[in-house]
Amino acid sequence: MSNNKEFVKFAKVDKSYDGKVLVVKDLNLDIAEGEFITMLGPSGSGKTTCLMMLAGFETPTNGEIYLDGNPISNIPPHKRGIGMVFQNYALFPHMTVYENLAFPLRVRKISKDEIDKKVDKALSMVSLAGYESRMPGQLSGGQQQRVAVARALVFDPAVVLMDEPLGALDKNLRESMQYEIKHIHESIGVTVVYVTHDQGEALTMSNRIAVFNDGKVQQLSSPDQLYESPVNSFVAKFIGENNTFVGEVVDVSKDKCKVKLNGGGEIFANPISVKSKGEKTTVSLRPERALINPDGKMDNSHKGKIEEVIYHGDHTRVRLNLLGNNEFILKVPNSSANLDIKLGNEINIGWNSTDARALDPK
Amino acid sequence: MSSETNKILTTDGIPLEESLKKAERKNKIKAFLLVSPLLLFLIITYIFPIGEMFTRSIDDKMITNMLPNTFKSMEKWDGQDMPEEDVFKNFYIDFKNLVEKKEHGKLAQRLNKEKNGFNTILKKLFRQIQRNKIDENGSFKDQITSIHKRFDNVEYWRAIKRTAPPYTMAKYLKGMDLYLDEKGEISQVAEDRRIHRILWLRTLEVAFFVTIFCFLMGYPIAHLLATLPMKYSNLLMICVLLPFWTSLLVRTASWMILLQQQGIVNDFFVMIGLVADDSRPEMMYNKVGTYVAMTQILLPFMVLPLYSVMKTISPSLMRAGKSLGGTPFVAFWKVYFPLTIPGIGAGCLLVFILAIGYYITPALVGGASGTLISNQIAYHMKTTLDWSFASAMGLMLLTGVLVVYWIYNKLVGVDNIKLG
Repeated sequence: MSNNKEFVKFAKVDKSYDGKVLVVKDLNLDIAEGEFITMLGPSGSGKTTCLMMLAGFETPTNGEIYLDGNPISNIPPHKRGIGMVFQNYALFPHMTVYENLAFPLRVRKISKDEIDKKVDKALSMVSLAGYESRMPGQLSGGQQQRVAVARALVFDPAVVLMDEPLGALDKNLRESMQYEIKHIHESIGVTVVYVTHDQGEALTMSNRIAVFNDGKVQQLSSPDQLYESPVNSFVAKFIGENNTFVGEVVDVSKDKCKVKLNGGGEIFANPISVKSKGEKTTVSLRPERALINPDGKMDNSHKGKIEEVIYHGDHTRVRLNLLGNNEFILKVPNSSANLDIKLGNEINIGWNSTDARALDPK
Repeated sequence: MSSETNKILTTDGIPLEESLKKAERKNKIKAFLLVSPLLLFLIITYIFPIGEMFTRSIDDKMITNMLPNTFKSMEKWDGQDMPEEDVFKNFYIDFKNLVEKKEHGKLAQRLNKEKNGFNTILKKLFRQIQRNKIDENGSFKDQITSIHKRFDNVEYWRAIKRTAPPYTMAKYLKGMDLYLDEKGEISQVAEDRRIHRILWLRTLEVAFFVTIFCFLMGYPIAHLLATLPMKYSNLLMICVLLPFWTSLLVRTASWMILLQQQGIVNDFFVMIGLVADDSRPEMMYNKVGTYVAMTQILLPFMVLPLYSVMKTISPSLMRAGKSLGGTPFVAFWKVYFPLTIPGIGAGCLLVFILAIGYYITPALVGGASGTLISNQIAYHMKTTLDWSFASAMGLMLLTGVLVVYWIYNKLVGVDNIKLG
């Protein structure tokens, strides 16, 4: 779907507010045309700053941002032609829905007929046709959100930025809006840069996700890769649930390494960012990759004691004390087979060393 | 579902509405008791004095009580030809009574205001009574008219008749440089005595321009206050409020120090060569002084409501306006400005109403051409002791404020005011 791989390009961008701390450090990021890219990260990680630099409300301290090949650092926000959906919608409270949507068109001196047509189209796209004369205050949160999305799209911008647009909505509404935004993106093919701290949201909606921490992109890849193969322990911890073991590498070959754990015991793991003996490492294992009573093919098999059983409806979450880690979580699907999951029981847990990723020690 | 037929009942069978009312009655009583001290306070300090002012301003009972018999007999007189003997007789009785009470001087004063010349002829009548020259068995009409030819002039008797009603609008007319002439028609006072109308217009003019100046200066300050980071905005807020906490007299006096001809501002102008030393401009004891000092003093009343409104406007709205393609000016004018209108309304109304009744500052720095209507009211309160006239003008001022409020409500809508 994309033709220009570097439609938006951050080149060596630094940003500092006070001249002492870099909020964004040496950011290099290429966004392809028509892509839905999400900037994900904890608060203070620099993701919103990146978005604001792209929108033009902040200027990079160093480096340059290109839009379709042109540097835009010196172009004021209103000339960039970038649509933006704000965290709290930022609908103009004194204007009707129609006037809100017509605002970007009117400032572009588009004829009245054309405006009517475009507003109609944008409103039906977010299924709010017939709400033209309402005031934003008379709409529900979800409806306001749709108006904000429609307003950001109505003037056919090349890029749309969304700054945690669903943060204020309740869970059900948020989920349905996620699909709706995703579908709108698919149907009109606009480039979307989406900022959120909600990993679920990022995983559902994006083509690619850039995980931010400490002013840097930690990993930029598709949602499945991000979840299955995190490249460092921050990403592993931030995305999804995660069991960790801390230890030291005692033996390493091409695709397998032996880790001596601080809590005692040894496990086999997949050496992702360790190269030699003696390195400290954090081993990350997804809860669903560990099984009860493993067959002989799994190269890790250990006994653990059940400390807590939490019922979650479709699955049961079991907390174990395993190899000195009493935070080890196991997800067990609810079926009649799991009879010996009782508090205090000892069970056998096993996993493949390829699923246990030995990452940096942090 | 028909709401008429199926009345909802509580479990005890009482209609729900009724029991709700009962439950809320107690709260209502409590609420009323809580506000009753304030209500009482308002009645005593506001409603009652205004009522008192109003009665005082239209009160003309003094003369009605002085000449009760005269007015009674005058009821039958049509006011065309000279009154009958009856009127003269009663006037003599009333006047003699006053002489005994030594109140005839007051009457003379009051009637002289109504028509010039009463003083002289009443003094003559008084002397005749003192000397017992008037024969109480003879014709009063003949005797009195022979005292002075003015008593034979029907105009003077008409003047007395005009004072008969216990109420008069004369003070209000006077406040507008009008008076009731001898024919009982409203007419203008002589041109060189029309001072009040000038004062009213000047008051409106000063209040209007002070409001405009306050708005022009206050809007950017309020915007800065609302958008600066906390540590700077607090400091700025103190700068705005500091004059607010300083005594009005002190502030006005400092303006006097600054603005007088040998004052700091003039010294500075001379120093930088803007004006020659011998032609220092007069910035005080005229309208300039009033404008400058009042604008400064009333500025916080503009800034505070504006600030409280601007504080609630999310900065993302301006950003949205810009990101949607509006230039900074368009974003300001179409998005930000309309949202501040409630604050502008509140600030302007507040400043205008305060300015229209401003007293101390114009009195001190206004000079002859910078004093306002409230200074005139104070003058009549303290110097001429014509309280009824002062009351009448005070009420006219109050009415003026209410009219402004009404116009404002028609134009902007009072619901649109936001004070905080």
